[in-house]
Amino acid sequence: MTTSYSWTLAVGFLVFGPVLGALLAGIDRRLTARMQSRRGPPLLQPVYDVLKLFEKDTLVVTRLQTLYLWGFLFFMVISGFILFLGSDLLLSLFALTVSGIFLCLAAYATNSPYSNIGSSRELMLMMAYEPMLIMVPLGFFLVADSFRVSDIVAGEPWQVLQLSGILIGFLFVLTIKLRKSPFDLSSSHHGHQELVKGITTDLSGSDLALVEIGHWYENTILLAWLYLFFAPLGVVWALPIALVLFFAEVLIDNTHARLTWTSTLKGTWSVTALFGVTNLMLLPLIA
Amino acid sequence: MSFLKKSPWVLHYAATSCNGCDIELLACLTPLYDVERFGIVNTGNPKHADIFLVTGSVNEESRKVVENLYAQMPDPKVVVAIGACALSGGIFRDAYNVYGGIDQVLPVDVYVPGCAARPEAIIDGVVRALAILEERARERKTQRKLVTS
Repeated sequence: MTTSYSWTLAVGFLVFGPVLGALLAGIDRRLTARMQSRRGPPLLQPVYDVLKLFEKDTLVVTRLQTLYLWGFLFFMVISGFILFLGSDLLLSLFALTVSGIFLCLAAYATNSPYSNIGSSRELMLMMAYEPMLIMVPLGFFLVADSFRVSDIVAGEPWQVLQLSGILIGFLFVLTIKLRKSPFDLSSSHHGHQELVKGITTDLSGSDLALVEIGHWYENTILLAWLYLFFAPLGVVWALPIALVLFFAEVLIDNTHARLTWTSTLKGTWSVTALFGVTNLMLLPLIA
Repeated sequence: MSFLKKSPWVLHYAATSCNGCDIELLACLTPLYDVERFGIVNTGNPKHADIFLVTGSVNEESRKVVENLYAQMPDPKVVVAIGACALSGGIFRDAYNVYGGIDQVLPVDVYVPGCAARPEAIIDGVVRALAILEERARERKTQRKLVTS
């Protein structure tokens, strides 16, 4: 893999990452509507929403919130950039985590009880999904002997079979990362409930738009992580499989009620132990 | 063109209504009317809302909430009063404890009559509010330019 190719890919992510992420979000809303036998909004609705938010006034509770939100967006972009550059997967994961922390900081800074509850729950969710997320690069390392994304992509086609336990665990935490029900504890897509909007309660106007754009990047990054499992099969197989698994989350979103944080934590760690750790321990025997 | 028209987020508050209008309002979100196809989202957060939908005749208790919610909404914003009670107090007009009409406490832009207001009428009211919202957005833009210059 040439360096110019990987640089093109990384710069392509900077420009087209949010476009793809917005489309994924649009398809998501549309699919949800169809599952509820509604027509649903236009495909570009997330883009309209963000462009509208830039037209609105931004209520500033504290000047820090905007700084933290730029931090959230910056590290999100860095994480994706490292990933698409074919560089270190572990480093990409750390940047993703830092970006999540920045979002929590922004919510804590605004000081509303709802965003405080939201960010407390978000930290709890991070505690739940991080062990599983860190096991993904570890698994790839044991299979491909490298943390570099370019080496993982060039790996053996049967790596996904060797990592099937880790894939199941990753799909489980993907639901949390995408803030889907039953794990939408910290910030729900539906504001009219006890949490109001959780993390984003006190963010408005261009600040909220930054969060949305960050989520578009995150969508693309998470789809890329999912793609990585199937990457050695080639684009023709890997992309459709990754997309189908990605949108399976919409079905889960629409068929499950929200869990409490205790059952979320217990459930996620059980799945992590049962599938992730077991898979990691068995890997040296089968690899 | 303003994108406010393509993605109006509404905030709904029942200022001591009998819930008839509220049920009709929520019916707009159901598969039959499905207002989300116009990008309309029912948000429970005033800081995310563009259109404030109020039902019921306001009383002293709900007045504080209505004013607070309105103050928390970022500009540009519009207010739609829904149902006979929100317009004039309705059958409670002569009761000692109601103000009688949302316009006694807030500047109302669109009045949607009916007891209870039909979902079609509510959607029509929101569409009328969109035109006002767009006008407000334009004014706000020039205001911002004046402040920065």
